[in-house]
Amino acid sequence: MPRIIKNRCIVEDHWQVLTLADGETPEAITLPAAPVLLPLAVWRARRDEIIARDQPLGVWLDSDEGPEALAGDIDRFAVIGVNFPKFTDGRSYSSARLLRERYGYGGEIRALGDVLQDQLFYMQRCGIDAYALRADKDIEKALAGLSVFSEAYQAAADQPQPLFHRRAAQASA
Amino acid sequence: MYRYDSTDQQIIDERVTQYRDQIARHLAGELSTDELRPLRLQNGLYIQRHGPMLRIAIPYGMLAAAQLRKLAEISRRYDRAVGHFTTRQNMQLNWPQFEETPAILGELASVQMHAVQTSGNCVRNITSDHFAGIAPDELTDPRPYCELLRQWSTFHPEFAFLPRKFKIAVNAAAEDRAVIRAHDIGLDLVLDDDGEIGFRVFVGGGLGRTPILGKVLRDFLPRRHLLSYLDAILRLYNRYGRRDNMYKARIKILVQALGIEEFSRQVEAEWAQLKDGPTTVPDAEFTRLAGHFNPPAWDTLPAEDPVHAARISTDLAFANWVRRCVHAHKTPGYAAVTLSLKAPGVAPGDISDAQMIAVADLAERFSFGEVRVSHEQNLVLADVRQRDLHEIWQIARSHRLATANIGLLTDIICCPGGDLCALANARSIPIAEAVNQKFDDLDYLHDIGDISLNISGCMNSCGHHHVANIGILGVDKNDEEWYQITIGGQQGNTAAIGKVIGPSFYAQEVPSVIEALIAVYLENRTASERFIDTLQRIGIEPFKVRAYAGRDRRRSAKVDSREREVIHA
Repeated sequence: MPRIIKNRCIVEDHWQVLTLADGETPEAITLPAAPVLLPLAVWRARRDEIIARDQPLGVWLDSDEGPEALAGDIDRFAVIGVNFPKFTDGRSYSSARLLRERYGYGGEIRALGDVLQDQLFYMQRCGIDAYALRADKDIEKALAGLSVFSEAYQAAADQPQPLFHRRAAQASA
Repeated sequence: MYRYDSTDQQIIDERVTQYRDQIARHLAGELSTDELRPLRLQNGLYIQRHGPMLRIAIPYGMLAAAQLRKLAEISRRYDRAVGHFTTRQNMQLNWPQFEETPAILGELASVQMHAVQTSGNCVRNITSDHFAGIAPDELTDPRPYCELLRQWSTFHPEFAFLPRKFKIAVNAAAEDRAVIRAHDIGLDLVLDDDGEIGFRVFVGGGLGRTPILGKVLRDFLPRRHLLSYLDAILRLYNRYGRRDNMYKARIKILVQALGIEEFSRQVEAEWAQLKDGPTTVPDAEFTRLAGHFNPPAWDTLPAEDPVHAARISTDLAFANWVRRCVHAHKTPGYAAVTLSLKAPGVAPGDISDAQMIAVADLAERFSFGEVRVSHEQNLVLADVRQRDLHEIWQIARSHRLATANIGLLTDIICCPGGDLCALANARSIPIAEAVNQKFDDLDYLHDIGDISLNISGCMNSCGHHHVANIGILGVDKNDEEWYQITIGGQQGNTAAIGKVIGPSFYAQEVPSVIEALIAVYLENRTASERFIDTLQRIGIEPFKVRAYAGRDRRRSAKVDSREREVIHA
C-alpha cells in the first residue's frame, strides 16, 4: 500500500486519486469505490449522486482551480487534495491557505503531484498536513523537510501570529 | 542599522544548513539539476557563462563596515578579489566555485548577511533611497518600513513560487531616488490630511521587455495595513498572474490585462478579508524597528564649516569633487559623500578587495561605521563632517574612489553584460569603457553637466537603460552585437521611459553616436538647461538626424522583431 506523510509521520494510505484521461468525461466516468479523491469537475457534475453514496468524500483541486468552487460544501470532505503540476507552480499554496484561513476547513489537505522535500516546509505553513511525495523520492528522508526552520516571520495557517507579536510578548514578559 | 536578534540569526543559520544539505543532495544525485535550480536561485546562485555567480543581498543597500570587510575577505578567499554592485543594491561575485557556495553563505551568516531571494520567482531584495535617514527632503526614514518588508518577504510561505520575480522599492523623500515606479510595487511614504503616515501604492511598473511605469493603486494606505495589503496584491498575482509565458508573467501584464480599475477592485475585495487581522502592524513594532535606525551621535556644528569653505575656494580639483560627489545632509555641518565606482578603466560598479577595506576604514573613521550602496552602483558615506571632507577626498582618491563624475555622463549604470552574464545578447562593459575613453576630459564632462547614460546587455534591463536620458541596449542580430539607443528616459519624480531613436548601431559606432547626441544638446541648450530639458524642448528629431548623419543605415535599416517590440511597447 502506498505511503504518505501525514501529520509529520509516514503512514499507509488507502485513498486513490481519480484523474480524467483523454476522452473521459465527468458525466460518464465510472466512480471508483471510496475512498477516492475526485477531480473538481466530477464533483461539480455529479454532486448529488456522490453525496448519496454516503461514503467518505474527497476532492482535489488543480492549481488553476480555487477553493471558491467548493465553498458551500467544504465541510463535507474528509480530504481535499491540492495539486502541484510542477513544484514551481505556487498557486496551490494560496488555495491551501484559503481553505484553512478563509473557509475554516479542518479536514486533511493533501499535497499531490510534484511534491518534493524542499517545498514541504512552505506547504506545511500554508495548512497542508498530508503529502503524497513524488513516487521516485525517498519519503523517509523527505520528512526532514518539515523541520527546516524553527521560526517564521509571517502569519500563516500554522501560526496565526506574525513574529512581531511574539517578539513584543517576549519583550514585555 | 538593523541588527539581528537571536531569532533572525537562527533563521539565517538554518537557511545555511538547508542550502548545504541541498547542495550535498545534488552532488549525491538525489536532487536533479532542474529540482535544484529554483532552490539555488533563491539563494542567489546562478550558473553563468563561465560558471556560477553568487548574488549577495544587501537589504535596502545598508552595509556595516564589518560586513564590507567580510565581503572583501570572501572575495579574496573564494573569488578573484573583486565584487560587483548591482542596481538592486546587491553584490555579485562572478567567480565562486559551486562547491564552495555553502561555505560562503556560512561566512555571510556570521556577519548577519545572506543571499536569500536575490533571484528566483519570489519577492526580491527591497530597495530604497541611498540617502535614507539623512536627506533634507525626506518625510521620514523609509528604512524601518524596508526592514518590516524584508522580514515579511523572507521565506513567505505562500509567495515562494510566484509566476515571476517581484520587486518592491520604498521612497520617503520629495525626490524619488529609488525609481519606485519601475517596480512591481512602489511605495511612497506620505501623510494624509490628519498627519497619519501611510503609503501611496504604485503597482505594475517594471523595465525589461515591456517597460511600463507603475500606476497608482491606492492614494493612501495607513501604514498599519501595509502587510495585509501586500498579501492581498501578491495573492491575486500568485493565483492569476500568467504562468504560460515567462515574458508575460510579471504583475504588470496582469494589471494591463485587467485594467487598473478592475485590478484595484479585486485587490480591495481580497484585502477586505485580510484587513485588521493579526498581520496588522502595531505602532509598537514600528517603534521597535525605528529604534534600529536611530540617528548616530551627530556633533553640534555650524551649518557651514569655514575651513571646508576655504579649501573649496583654493583647491579646484577638490571643489569639483565636492560639486559632484558631496550631497546635502539634514544636519548642520554634515554631508553625504558618494564614492564613485565609475573610474575610467574599471567596469561600472566593480570594487576590489583593497577598495572594500579602504571604504570600511573610511566608514569607521568618518561615518559611524556604515556604508550604503546606491542603485546607481556607487557607495555612499552618509554621515561625514564637512571639515573631514578634504581628508576623505585624499584617501578616496588614493584608492581611485574619488572620480568627480557622479550624475555625469561617465557615471554609467551598467549590467555585467555578455562578458559574464549568460542571458546577455551583447557585451555592455566594453561599451561603458569606450564611452569613458571618448569622454575622458573631466572639464568637458562637467560642462555637459547632469545626464544619465545606462547600458543593458539584454532586454531584461538590469542596467535600467529605459529610464536613462541616453539608454543603450545590446541586441543580437544574426550572432552579431548591435546596440539600440533610446533617449528621453528619466528616473525620479518625472520618471519616463526613453524612446528608440531608430535602427541599432555597431559597437564601434556607439561612442560617436553619443558624441553626436551631446553635440546637439550643447549647440541648443540655454544657460540653465540639462540634456533632458533641451531634449524635451526641441524634441527627439534633431538628435535622431544627427545620430544617423553620414551613416548608411539602409543596410541595417531593417528593424528586427526584437526592436519592433520595444518601439511599439
